[in-house]
Amino acid sequence: MTYQWEWQVFLSDDGSGRTYLAWMFSAWGWTLAVSACSWIFALLAGSLIGTLRTVPQRGWQWIGNAWVEVFRNVPLLVQIFLWYHVVPALIPAFKDLPAFVLVVFALGFFTSARIAEQVRAGIQSLSRGQRMAGLALGLTLPKTYRYVILPMAFRIVIPPLTSEAMNIIKNSSVAFAVSVAEMTMFAMQAQEETSRGIEIYLAVTALYIVSAFAVNRLMAGIERRVRVPGYIGGAK
Amino acid sequence: MLDLDLTFFDWEIISRFIAKGFVFSVQLTLIAMAGGIVFGTVLALMRLSGRKSLDVPAAVYVNGMRSIPLVMVILWFYLLIPFLIGRSIGAELSAIITFVAFESAYYSEIMRAGIQSVSRGQVYAAQAVGMSYGQTMRLVVLPQAFRNMLPVLLTQTIILFQDTSLVYAIGAYDLLKGFEQAGKNYGRPIEAYLLAAVVYFVICISLSQMVKRLQTRIAIVR
Repeated sequence: MTYQWEWQVFLSDDGSGRTYLAWMFSAWGWTLAVSACSWIFALLAGSLIGTLRTVPQRGWQWIGNAWVEVFRNVPLLVQIFLWYHVVPALIPAFKDLPAFVLVVFALGFFTSARIAEQVRAGIQSLSRGQRMAGLALGLTLPKTYRYVILPMAFRIVIPPLTSEAMNIIKNSSVAFAVSVAEMTMFAMQAQEETSRGIEIYLAVTALYIVSAFAVNRLMAGIERRVRVPGYIGGAK
Repeated sequence: MLDLDLTFFDWEIISRFIAKGFVFSVQLTLIAMAGGIVFGTVLALMRLSGRKSLDVPAAVYVNGMRSIPLVMVILWFYLLIPFLIGRSIGAELSAIITFVAFESAYYSEIMRAGIQSVSRGQVYAAQAVGMSYGQTMRLVVLPQAFRNMLPVLLTQTIILFQDTSLVYAIGAYDLLKGFEQAGKNYGRPIEAYLLAAVVYFVICISLSQMVKRLQTRIAIVR
């Protein structure tokens, strides 16, 4: 079977004076923006919740566990619908927020649960002696976390966080469902308008792979820079 | 503050809108799990075969699938299947084929880890009693790999069940779509989405609790 490629489709006008190529790169920008904002939010919230799950106080542990279970057991698309359709209707303060912000909340909370799980595992993989030593030296519990536990734990969780960071780029594609102008939205609309789906999907798929690969290299760079000599992966 | 009215959800709505979607979501999950585990095991065996001609294509397939967003994969198949066979096959069937192909990649990574977790001595022992490669795998290695990985395979299935909601992209009628349609028809979209979330949550958390219990039971035996 021979397929008549028609890559010129990217240079044609989409009806608003810009080319499909320009539209695609703008959509790529939205994909990266959604991913980056959600990532920052998820990293902050996830670290906090993950840490809470390891403190001795039962109440905090319970809050942390409940958080993780709630955001992990509802599909991302449903969570996006909740933030987009339900939250603004129930809480007036969210009424005028653009879809972009609501999607960042949805993806941020969703990913925070996964990051919390990784951070908890990272903290629990440290030997108990580290915590005890910190406390025995007279550090308060928050200071033990700040100076002893978390600096090690965060280094340990960098590899799983790398795959979460790559996941968040993939997951940002679900934002198409609430009309955020990201790449999947572009792919669906441009496919419909031009009927050159294969060319368009190929280009979008390539950009997704490039983005995920870039994130992977970035995280690997961070991992190298923060290595602690004498630990696995360190001392090189 | 908006007043919610959940009372409008009655049996009629459930049977007219929700049941159909629920059945499809479960069907899709089960078929994708069965197909995904079978093809995933084949892919895993190809990757562990030590033969480049088998290993490389399997690796490309698995890593390729895993680096593309699922929504894009769903769209790809929905575009390509009619293009290749010359006729449209409908969103539901397209979704089933997509999920089997996509989940195979994820299950294959689990099966690969499972096969690698079986100690080498088992393989040597099987060979020593004269078993062929096929017998060694079928009778000795795969049953153990499968058992070791059972909790992980089931956890992947829970994720798979959640991911089935993404067939929204091609308009297939699944559980989420059922709630959405009910909400639209009765002018209660907010309640419909809330209930959808609750239903997914209850299903997924019960399943994951069951997996947790299974995990501890398996751990005791081993």
